[in-house]
Amino acid sequence: MNEATQYNLKLERLGYHQFRTMERHPTNYLCKGVSTGTTILAVKFNGGVIIGSDSRASVGGSYVSSKVINKLIQIHDKIFCCIAGSLADAQAVTKMAKFQLSFHSIQMDSPPLVKAAASVLKELCYSNREDLEAGFITAGWDKKRGPQVYTVSMGGMLLSQPFTIGGSGSTYIYGYVDAKYKPDMSREECLQFATNALALAIGRDNVSGGVAHLVVITEGGVEHVVVPGEKLPKFHDE
Amino acid sequence: MNNFPETCATKQLNSVTTGHGTAITEIPTSLRPNRSGKKNRLSVDMALSHVFETPVSGFNFENSTRNILLENVLDEGKTKAPKPLKTGTTIAGVVYKNGVVLGADTRATSSEVVADKTCAKIHYIAPNIYCCGAGTAADTEKTTDLLSSNLTIFSMNSGRNPRVVMAANILQDILFRYRGMIGANLILGGVDCTGNHLYRVGPFGSMDKVPYLAMGSGDLAAMGILEDRFKVNMEVEEAKTLVCDAIHAGIMTDLGSGNNIDLCIITRRGVDYIRPYQESEYKQRRQEKYKYKPGTTPVLTENIVPLELELVHEMVQTMETA
Repeated sequence: MNEATQYNLKLERLGYHQFRTMERHPTNYLCKGVSTGTTILAVKFNGGVIIGSDSRASVGGSYVSSKVINKLIQIHDKIFCCIAGSLADAQAVTKMAKFQLSFHSIQMDSPPLVKAAASVLKELCYSNREDLEAGFITAGWDKKRGPQVYTVSMGGMLLSQPFTIGGSGSTYIYGYVDAKYKPDMSREECLQFATNALALAIGRDNVSGGVAHLVVITEGGVEHVVVPGEKLPKFHDE
Repeated sequence: MNNFPETCATKQLNSVTTGHGTAITEIPTSLRPNRSGKKNRLSVDMALSHVFETPVSGFNFENSTRNILLENVLDEGKTKAPKPLKTGTTIAGVVYKNGVVLGADTRATSSEVVADKTCAKIHYIAPNIYCCGAGTAADTEKTTDLLSSNLTIFSMNSGRNPRVVMAANILQDILFRYRGMIGANLILGGVDCTGNHLYRVGPFGSMDKVPYLAMGSGDLAAMGILEDRFKVNMEVEEAKTLVCDAIHAGIMTDLGSGNNIDLCIITRRGVDYIRPYQESEYKQRRQEKYKYKPGTTPVLTENIVPLELELVHEMVQTMETA
């Protein structure tokens, strides 16, 4: 446990809520400041990947500090990553990763592999695992292996998967994605799959919400699709 | 007389080194002379007040561990460390058609007492960028000062006007580096060549770009007003009224916010810092002049003792003024 968390624990024991500056919403010291408390996913389809997230950022589990935050961060031309966990940590890590990746691609004189991007994030997460609380899903397209999806967990584990879900809202949709995923879907099928999964998770998780951001990455380029809250598919919602 | 503490210190050091011979590892770290030039604990214990120590740059968190120890030791944790001065604030910002409007109240509280009725919470960062700060007053002041200095140096070096996104990134780096120990919740607003921008930067280093924003202890009430009446591309008068009403709502519902409302309108053409934009209706005028006439206090006796000073040493240094 790092110094800051120790200090905060001692304050908690003495009856202080961390940072009474925003007194209406005392923060949970376990997740510092603004947390994305989110639903994120990435799915491979025939010819590309779709990476998606909700757009809610919360503080202390009871106050929505942003309804339209962007969790899909472009770390290179055809590589995106989505963030979960503490917003500050995630933003700092992605800034570092963006810099390292662009330097790497200048040195190699070619676009980086998706695996390289995921590795950079993993290195940062693993070497600072005591101090950071951020998890990522990296997805993209590269010339060597085509569309790929990688997940980097909070402790720094790196896994390659055909599809992956993450964030607090993901627990509610494991059944759905396991049942409904098919390999080699078409672009439209995959978009519908991802939208449905996000809608179901948002419907059940209180710290996920807002609009659904989806990015479709293929060899041809990158396309950003935004589905506003009222246009999300409804599943027996009155 | 002044040499006494020094010789005492060196004597102790010498006795330890000679006693232990070459076994340097046996000397406790507090007494080991260190090569890095930083002060060691021995000099702190001896309180060499006459020795000038150049301050280490940046923030120093030595006292936070001391405070925790004190809290645990004194009265088994019943005594709390003194609370820092917080602004207990309502600040708000809105992007409108031609620029950005920032607003803030002017009350600074120290627990239950109003410490400052005319506190300036809108800080200057650059000619086209201003920043409202909520949280610990000292932290917001110093962080914004640091940012302002950095940006001035940058614009002198590069010959370019700073952009709001750069200011937000620098703030994010500073606050993230200190892992939330700096209690600064900031609203950064400005106009640059890329447009009108408003950023929120949190104490842990999270950054968010938004069209309207309220922060501080009165933010819930202010947010209500902003959510209800915000429209994209408002005119300047509408934007000013909106921000003023939002801060007013914060002042009415929150005990930590109050007194006057300051507004800062930033446009391409320049900045209009209106302080105060709206004065509090509950201002009290001083009843009398609180000055005492000479002779109010009677002098009973007078005793003059001349000090006999001996000129010990005289040094004349000629200054070359060409």
